[in-house]
Amino acid sequence: MTHDTQTMAPFPVDAMAKAHSIHSRRARRSFRWLIPTAYVLFLIIPIYWLVNLSFKTTNEILSGLSLWPEQPTLRNYMVIFTDPSWYETYFNSMTYVVMNTVICIVVALPAAYAFSRYRFLGDKHLFFWLLTNRMAPPAVFILPFFQLYSAFALIDTHIAVAIAHCLFNVPLAVWILEGFMSGVPKEIDETAYIDGYSFPRFFGRIFMPLIASGVGVTAFFCFMFSWVELLIARTLTTTDAKPIAAAMTRTSSATGFDYGVLAAAGVLTIIPGALVIWFVRNHIAKGFALGRV
Amino acid sequence: MAEISFDRLRHAYRPNPQKPEDFALREINHAFRDGGAYALLGPSGCGKTTLLNIISGLLEPSHGRLMFGGRDVTHLSTQDRNIAQVFQFPVVYDTMSVYENLAFPLRNRGVDPAEIDVKVRETLDMIGLSERAHRKARRLTADQKQKISLGRGLVRADVNAILFDEPLTVIDPHMKWELRSQLKKLHRRFGYTMIYVTHDQTEALTFADEVVVMYEGQVVQIGTPAELFERPMHTFVGYFIGSPGMNLMPVEVSGEIAHIGPHAVTLPGAARSLPAGRTDLGVRPEYTRISETGIPVQIRKVEDVGRHRIVRALLEGREIAALADESEPLPATPHVQFLPGGINLYANSWRVELGA
Amino acid sequence: MDKTWNNKAWFFVLPVLLLVAFSAVIPLMTVVNYSVQDTFGNNEFFWAGTEWFQQVLASDRFWESMARNLLFSAIVLAIEIPLGIVIALNMPKRGIGVPVCLVLMSLPLLIPWNVVGTIWQLFARTDVGLFGSVVTWLGFDYNYGRDTLDAWFTIVLMDVWHWTSLVVLLCYAGLMSIPDAYYQAAKIDGASRWSVFRFIQLPKLNRVLQIAILLRFMDSFMIYTEPFVVTGGGPGSVTTFLSIDLVKMAVGQFDLGPASAMSIIYFLIVLLVSWVFYTVTTQPDEDRA
Repeated sequence: MTHDTQTMAPFPVDAMAKAHSIHSRRARRSFRWLIPTAYVLFLIIPIYWLVNLSFKTTNEILSGLSLWPEQPTLRNYMVIFTDPSWYETYFNSMTYVVMNTVICIVVALPAAYAFSRYRFLGDKHLFFWLLTNRMAPPAVFILPFFQLYSAFALIDTHIAVAIAHCLFNVPLAVWILEGFMSGVPKEIDETAYIDGYSFPRFFGRIFMPLIASGVGVTAFFCFMFSWVELLIARTLTTTDAKPIAAAMTRTSSATGFDYGVLAAAGVLTIIPGALVIWFVRNHIAKGFALGRV
Repeated sequence: MAEISFDRLRHAYRPNPQKPEDFALREINHAFRDGGAYALLGPSGCGKTTLLNIISGLLEPSHGRLMFGGRDVTHLSTQDRNIAQVFQFPVVYDTMSVYENLAFPLRNRGVDPAEIDVKVRETLDMIGLSERAHRKARRLTADQKQKISLGRGLVRADVNAILFDEPLTVIDPHMKWELRSQLKKLHRRFGYTMIYVTHDQTEALTFADEVVVMYEGQVVQIGTPAELFERPMHTFVGYFIGSPGMNLMPVEVSGEIAHIGPHAVTLPGAARSLPAGRTDLGVRPEYTRISETGIPVQIRKVEDVGRHRIVRALLEGREIAALADESEPLPATPHVQFLPGGINLYANSWRVELGA
Repeated sequence: MDKTWNNKAWFFVLPVLLLVAFSAVIPLMTVVNYSVQDTFGNNEFFWAGTEWFQQVLASDRFWESMARNLLFSAIVLAIEIPLGIVIALNMPKRGIGVPVCLVLMSLPLLIPWNVVGTIWQLFARTDVGLFGSVVTWLGFDYNYGRDTLDAWFTIVLMDVWHWTSLVVLLCYAGLMSIPDAYYQAAKIDGASRWSVFRFIQLPKLNRVLQIAILLRFMDSFMIYTEPFVVTGGGPGSVTTFLSIDLVKMAVGQFDLGPASAMSIIYFLIVLLVSWVFYTVTTQPDEDRA
């Protein structure tokens, strides 16, 4: 046996010493994975519990704890999918979120370009003022919003929520895009103008591809903050544009809590976010640093 | 300080290397003299950084041993090897002052505060940053930051070697020369063992006592700058070192005569043994003369580079370079001659000894 | 970067300006308008001066909400920032673990805030919730709907669950931007793990931590939906934070004047704290010689 190993490995002693040393070097760090793992478990368990409840009948939920559904049922989901007043709220949410994302990016792109490339009268104050809107407590705005959109007869429309969410998303979009644009050397602009590009062509053909990931990150954040916001969305809608998150309060109606349906509706609101994260997973870390690391 | 020696050292990044091509670093057996200045020279991807990382302990070689003064350090961690390193990009501790940066390695090793102060002041003097001792390190220029990096090595009296990983990459051109000569001065005065990785031949040749030329994971020659110039052991050395590089012409050899097509060149001696395969004649432009007689060539262009001119000519359809004095008129029917002292013969890229 | 002076850049900013003016300035002016007027109904208003401001500033209710909110922000910052740093430091650096961790950790950030509330409302219940049952089973008398401490504990835990990932992701991005050479240099200099953190990682994290602290302060100071869903501000009013109080006043009781005055005070506080923080953290960077 001994002889065998020695003929097979040209440097048996080295190989063993190496294995040993790598082992001892790793040993010191081998428990590091425990911390993120424990944290992820802490994040996942409450979500799992929601999923667990969503597959149980209300009776089973109330009859005692079980770590998984004993009699799995799709009833809760069927309730939502067969009732237009439920599933339409889902599309309502999607509609205003997408509208908001598009509006934010379209108006933020030129502004971010201006802030990243030019100095102009009052630029710094303007930038800080924009950011202050991100700091405005939504609770401050709900009453005036209601009156303002009532005056324009926009209550209970998707566009009303989309525009209202611009309050905090546009400043954020300008801020993130400005960070990414400042990372693009100015020489690129100048070269393009020397080559005879007009501004719109330069912006579309050359500049946009360079900041594509920044636009993606911005869209992600606009989507995220518009999707998770409820206070304003609920205030500005009654039925036609009501978000799914607001519809969930229905479950506490006449017959008391319908936990199963509540859980199922909750699970459904997690799915779009999870999908979006999956698509941007390779840019998440950089994205959350807003292009400013 | 200690001699650094490589004992059958090889490295492969992938497991179970079989062919020589599987190794990022092929076998090397050599010793770096204590107090010597060495350069690892070669194009990117030649394995010089792999070798440096093995010396610094960042990488463990897959085969062979690394010794510091007779002690096997192959499996020691970076800390235990007692080396210093200057990186390609300045690495300084931003939040510390220059003084604190230099004191840092000593404090970590629990050196007595009074002694730290003495050593740090000394080192500040050596690298010429005494006046900026209490500035924040991040407010300095790139070359000053590189000096701090160097200083953190110099401040420790017992370093086995100071490693430099292309340290002048981010330095302004006019500062490069100054920094390099300062390094040279420090080396002469204090006698540290220095190992300098670069792809710039000027840096390597002016800095090092001995240059290790690497090519495709292999050490092709270790020698003084003069040796590399006069007797390149490999066609790559001839091509890579010198500007312009060595002229290489495929030849057929019979006895003391090398045939380039219909033309014959007399070698300084017969090859002792000539392996089968590709044979090349190698002559540096410095040993190539344009003259009235010899092998006919067509001149393509003449570059004036100051003290002399570089003549680019075609010999049997192959471009060669020759040096000519500035004043020397070029003949109307140009020929080329090779000076006997500069003639080298290569079989399969490796130099063949000529003569008795 | 050198920027050229060009006042035409204003045209680029104009769309943003108009949009934000519509969705922020006009509503804000409405608030200001209400805050200095009184009404007997029927849309008849008259000048009330600073009366509402005096009333709000003199009321215990306002200061109690404020104190609760400041305490809440302080607690969550004190937990989430160090925890986020520790987790980020121990994240895997390569391999399949990276996207898995990042995706799972981002998940809570993309859950609508009231659903976050719902999740914890269910999870912490002693009858149908895993957490509540386990705590009860361990022998604690736990009821977030009745006990002040339990309610606070639940809401803080929920906020940690909801937002620590933001700190983790920011710090992780910051850590990933540190070149390997720094760690190598630290090894060569014989630095301890703590020194590496103190002198290499922490300085590099400085900037992202500023963003993280600012965002977390603002959002925790404006928190409304999540605690409202879980506790409705109770038991009593022990979890009634500023936003909850404000909405109660404006929508529930329709006290326009005091609500508007409170809105303005509230907004100004957020602005002031953010501005001070912004100035303090950016100033030394430029001035230190």
